[in-house]
Amino acid sequence: MSDVVNVLIVGVGGQGVVLASNILCEVALRAGYDVKKSEVHGMSQRGGVVTSHVRFGEKVYSPLISRGQSDILLGFEAAEALRFAHEVKEGGLLLSSTQKIRPPRGPQKKKAKGLQYPENALDDAKKVCHGRVVPIEAEEIANELGNSRLTNTILLGAVSTGLDISDDIWTETIKAMVPPKTIELNLAAFARGKAVVEGAEA
Amino acid sequence: MSVPNGQKEKPNKILQFGNEAIAHGAREAGCYFGVAYPGTPSTEILQIFHTFPSVMAKWSPNEKVAVEVGIGANLTGSRVLCTMKHVGLNVAMDPLMTFTYTGVVAGFVLVVADDPGMHSSQNEQDSRMLAKFMKVPVLDPANSQEAHDFTKMAFEFSEKYNTPVMMRETTRIAHARGIVQLGEWAEPVRGDNMKRDIQRFVMMPNFARARHTFAEERTLKLLDFSNNWEGNELNLQSKKIGIITAGVASNYVRELLPDASYLKVGMPWPFPVEKARKLAEHCERVLVVEELEPFMEEEALIAGIKVQGKEFFPREGELDLDTVGEGLHKAGLLDAVPPPNANEPVLARPPVLCAGCPHRGIYMALKKINADVYGDIGCYTLAALPPLESVHTCFCMGASIGNAVGAALNENNPKHHRVAIIGDSTFFHSGLTGLLDAVASNANMTVVIVDNSITAMTGGQQHPGSGKDLMGEIGPKIPIEDVVTGLGVKHLIVTDTYEYDKTLELLKEAVKHEGPSVLIARRPCALFPKKIGIDPYVILDDPCSGCGNCLRIGCPAISISGRKTDRGMHIPEITADACTGCTLCQQVCKDDAIFSIAEMKKSSGEEVEA
Ligand SMILES: Cc1ncc(C[n+]2csc(CCOP(=O)(O)OP(=O)(O)O)c2C)c(N)n1
Repeated sequence: MSDVVNVLIVGVGGQGVVLASNILCEVALRAGYDVKKSEVHGMSQRGGVVTSHVRFGEKVYSPLISRGQSDILLGFEAAEALRFAHEVKEGGLLLSSTQKIRPPRGPQKKKAKGLQYPENALDDAKKVCHGRVVPIEAEEIANELGNSRLTNTILLGAVSTGLDISDDIWTETIKAMVPPKTIELNLAAFARGKAVVEGAEA
Repeated sequence: MSVPNGQKEKPNKILQFGNEAIAHGAREAGCYFGVAYPGTPSTEILQIFHTFPSVMAKWSPNEKVAVEVGIGANLTGSRVLCTMKHVGLNVAMDPLMTFTYTGVVAGFVLVVADDPGMHSSQNEQDSRMLAKFMKVPVLDPANSQEAHDFTKMAFEFSEKYNTPVMMRETTRIAHARGIVQLGEWAEPVRGDNMKRDIQRFVMMPNFARARHTFAEERTLKLLDFSNNWEGNELNLQSKKIGIITAGVASNYVRELLPDASYLKVGMPWPFPVEKARKLAEHCERVLVVEELEPFMEEEALIAGIKVQGKEFFPREGELDLDTVGEGLHKAGLLDAVPPPNANEPVLARPPVLCAGCPHRGIYMALKKINADVYGDIGCYTLAALPPLESVHTCFCMGASIGNAVGAALNENNPKHHRVAIIGDSTFFHSGLTGLLDAVASNANMTVVIVDNSITAMTGGQQHPGSGKDLMGEIGPKIPIEDVVTGLGVKHLIVTDTYEYDKTLELLKEAVKHEGPSVLIARRPCALFPKKIGIDPYVILDDPCSGCGNCLRIGCPAISISGRKTDRGMHIPEITADACTGCTLCQQVCKDDAIFSIAEMKKSSGEEVEA
């Protein structure tokens, strides 16, 4: 059981959580592991919370990660990373985009709990997370590279630093799974995401 | 070796989610005819199946019709796959309860997707109980590979035992990915004409009695089969503890108690009693770990096998490693598992109607007239949540109209407005008979049909009003107006929900009408078949007074900016790359503070700050 790697990916509907977890699964499959993943479709397109559990190892039974057992939590959105920060296990890693997506709301319902957007979500996350927290300015990096849809690959680059899977497999998988015209850009995005975490190591 | 029937090169091992694996399993089994009504988490099966060459697939207006269509295809000799979500099975029970007597002409597999935890459903019924009630064998896969393999086998069992076979999956099978080894496609089995057999297929009392006897005898054969089938996997290890488990729950058990003896059940009904007995003979103690109802637990207890189950494991919701771990701890078999997270809750993020959703305008109007709104099932149910809060009931598909008829005939307040609101796909599914009742009983009520020309909630499937089906344009587009007037409704009006004032006026007119009236609120969906474009509007801080009218329409593109007016009121802002330009916020803005960015640029020639 302990040789199973657990990656929990969280975000908001429409951000590309499912696509990112598909790529991660494919990478793990190509690396020769047994893989399971589970997410709930359905409400995802309507602005709800989206979570995807990815597990790989010699033999994986459960498609769901148990409480507080995520090796890596990958957040596509800061408040969502905070919501699941306690799921990271001792010595694990929380990697999150600093992007903030505020839910719509009517005029203030007085004292309604949980309505306020946590402005310092990733700092708050450090207080509840048992692992290291690394914020990633994924939106900014993507804009620098000239395509906002690259956040996905930037975040996967970040995740790759916490996994024992060779860069060759990542490169080969990205090449196979992104539109041919965007391969170079995606590989650049992957490298940038990786560099953020490696730079933060010190 | 040649590859039959256009099968693409056989992949070695690939990742598939359960529904994908089921579609492939059916195709490999030589299934020709697929029929369904969409419903999460079952919908993708048919959407994938229809892409295979040499098959036929279609949506039917509801699950009962889907089963009847499937039976019709089967009577000619075709192998049939019929899929639905758990609540769809309730709708389809009537034909199935008798089809089980006649038996099949070729393989007939019914896939039913349960939704423990209610990720996208209104209840969490356990369909294994209905399989037993129908006297049809039920298979319960634990992962994608089994979903694939069991589907293939289900066709075999169906033909061998002359019975429809139910494949019951759950959300964590349907939408979970795992590695699958695919097989080769068989030639699809397609019938030509009916295999007439009056005594077998005309289920009037005399003939039906004989067929009931047939079904009972079949059950005995199936029980014998279940007791010997290797898909009911008996693994004798520890003598201390044995576990009976099935479906996704079996994964949690095997991960948490790798040394236990277990009976991993692939066919919960007929329950493999003899294998369970062997397990009980081998082990000092036997537990049953299953999601939802104590189905296998009761089957074992009825057979006199001493087991424990629901006293340790919850009957509600999904199981997972933690709930199973807690149960095993209560049973004294595991150390305590960590308690659930007790941190401060982080902001709520309920699902909302999309920016530009055509349903929004009618709900703004319904809120305004303060009617009792009998709701139905679809995206439009989301308007029950703040800030719109203008749907007041939701039971099952089609219920809105019947509910409103009952209220109308019963209520002693002629001034009161009651409105049933129902989606286009839901109207075709089961609104017609309710509306007929409204007309026949001259019920004083209004039916609003929210027509976005698609089945949106489940991801955008066609329905009889779209003039298309899975395989393309095979029939005419059926106008809702024709159906409504055909049912005898005299007061029928159509409105465009992007025009708020007009919609409100027409709604007021409809509810004032004595007797049943219908308002069709029409505008294509903002997401399906194609996401509508972005045409952003902007709220100008000056003259915005912070009244909040625009926030009250519940648009995800509008939020509080953090800036305040001189009088301390919150100024809202529009997220430019989410705004579709539906203009509803502009229409309710009393300060004239909302403008189209494009038009402002055009008229002033200047840059506008968004
Ligand atoms: C008996 C039954 N079958 C299927 C479903 C799944 N389901 C929920 S809503 C819905 C479709 C709603 O479509 P429509 O009425 O057009 O409303 P929209 O979502 O497009 O607003 C379906 C198929 C269900 N809840 N019950």
